[in-house]
Amino acid sequence: MHPILVFVEQSNGQIKKTSLEAVSEARRQADTIKTEVVALVIAEKADSFVKDIVSYGANKVLSVEGADFKEYLTAPYIRAVLAAVSKVNPMAVLFSATPNGKDLAGSVGAELKISVIQDCISLNYDSGAFVARRPIYAGKSIITVKALKSPALVTLRPKVFPLGTAVSQTPSVEKLSVSLTAEDKRVKLKEVVQSGQKKMELTEADIIVSGGRGMKAPENFKVIEELAGMLNAAVGASRAAVDSGWRPHTDQVGQTGKTVCPTLYVACGISGAIQHLAGMSSSKCIVAINKDPDAPIFKVANYGVVGDLFEVVPALCQELRRDREAN
Amino acid sequence: MNIITCIKRVPSTETNVRVGSDGKSLETSGVEYILSPFDEIALEESLRVKEKLGAGDVTAITVGTSDAATTLRTCLAMGADKAVHIKDADSFKRDPFAIASALASVIKAMPYNLILCGKQAVDDDNSQVGQMLARLLNIPFVSLITKLEVSGATALVQREVSGGYEVLEVTLPAVLTAQKGLNEPRYPSLKGIMGAKKKPLEEKTATFDSATIETIKMEYPPSRPAGRVVGKGVEAVPELVKLLKEEAKII
Repeated sequence: MHPILVFVEQSNGQIKKTSLEAVSEARRQADTIKTEVVALVIAEKADSFVKDIVSYGANKVLSVEGADFKEYLTAPYIRAVLAAVSKVNPMAVLFSATPNGKDLAGSVGAELKISVIQDCISLNYDSGAFVARRPIYAGKSIITVKALKSPALVTLRPKVFPLGTAVSQTPSVEKLSVSLTAEDKRVKLKEVVQSGQKKMELTEADIIVSGGRGMKAPENFKVIEELAGMLNAAVGASRAAVDSGWRPHTDQVGQTGKTVCPTLYVACGISGAIQHLAGMSSSKCIVAINKDPDAPIFKVANYGVVGDLFEVVPALCQELRRDREAN
Repeated sequence: MNIITCIKRVPSTETNVRVGSDGKSLETSGVEYILSPFDEIALEESLRVKEKLGAGDVTAITVGTSDAATTLRTCLAMGADKAVHIKDADSFKRDPFAIASALASVIKAMPYNLILCGKQAVDDDNSQVGQMLARLLNIPFVSLITKLEVSGATALVQREVSGGYEVLEVTLPAVLTAQKGLNEPRYPSLKGIMGAKKKPLEEKTATFDSATIETIKMEYPPSRPAGRVVGKGVEAVPELVKLLKEEAKII
């Protein structure tokens, strides 16, 4: 059997946790199919990433290194993936469904003339073909998709596929040399600007506290920022809050924002418009705090509190604090 | 400057999605359609680039059934100069690579300096046609842009990344995909709507590659347990914390 190739994404010298999820899933698939996992890491220097990749189940690591590969840029990274694909002739290439993973998978798809199954939430190998399930309409529906060509190109949604058990293993690493042309350098990275506070990526957060129209004003978000701080959570927002200019568009959860599936989603002053529910209904546990007992958000909330968020949220912070001091 | 904007007609984001009788596609009866929101942002940006440069031509292009002409008219009403309709009765069954190649085959014969797409259509959420189009035309690509400044034969863009943004310089022509935050799209004016009827809308045909992925089933997401109200106001908070700790075991 041909191996499964996994693209391992790094940023600022760290492997993304989502990539270890992808390696873990590749391992599970490979064990069922009885084949090997080959991981591809593209970085300025790849050495420091190898140990983790191998411990989560890669049989072999291919590395593409050099200053041209320090940060993600579509064209150089396509060259690296294509070099790995022609080297190992994989039955499937797995990526994480991160912004870069989706960017890269689609670009590789064009070169291989194969469409990508984006944002996959489950994967099976059945009668000689990969079959994946993925949400569409931001999660209002789930489709099952079959890959008709090899290699199957699949991006895996973050936080859906569990990490395997890390086992220490001796790495086998092979460096691939990839040469770039002038055409591959038509996009230049000038600068990376980090926003002031260290922000957690919504799609990768375990806990999200979101505010909606009920927040009434941008400065009121400090109420939910305090709760988010206590829960080590990311802060999200509904479309109403974003369109009012209270929060940056990057915080928006919903069909025209981000689709999230955290362990805990706390919706504060969010009524639960259908396009918002689409983006967060796959959260494992939903808490809703809203004045309106008829708000649709209460239909999906595991735990609802009918009340004024400006009273309930601070009380919740206080209760959590008391609880922590008691323990 | 010739700017092409790729657009898609999609069910409104307010749509209550129902599974059709074939068990693998959307039940379309009673569904209202809109210009996909990210494509609307892409078109708005195309218009702004043209307006800023004081010259240029914006063409909206789509692959779609005959109904897609209505959406192209919306683009013309917003301010696009012309529209190209690659007509395909089976467009909703095509896979992303087939759509991208059809677009590329028609665009190759058109003049262009800049191509803008939405980062994804909000129906199938495939988010790959832009990438593919760039590769098929052999031009640079940047996804998820939140700012664009065109100067001469290059563009300076901001691209959203975790916790911040990147600033990239791109040689034109290029394909860029629009992320929310790039702009606030305008509403078509009455004058725009009247004028749209007189603007050129050209129909084209294309050959489509056979599918490389196939949808075999469409279903509803797993239903959530019925919502449960813990209580009212601050009095409910201790109970909520207890449930989160002992029942949900989250905190």
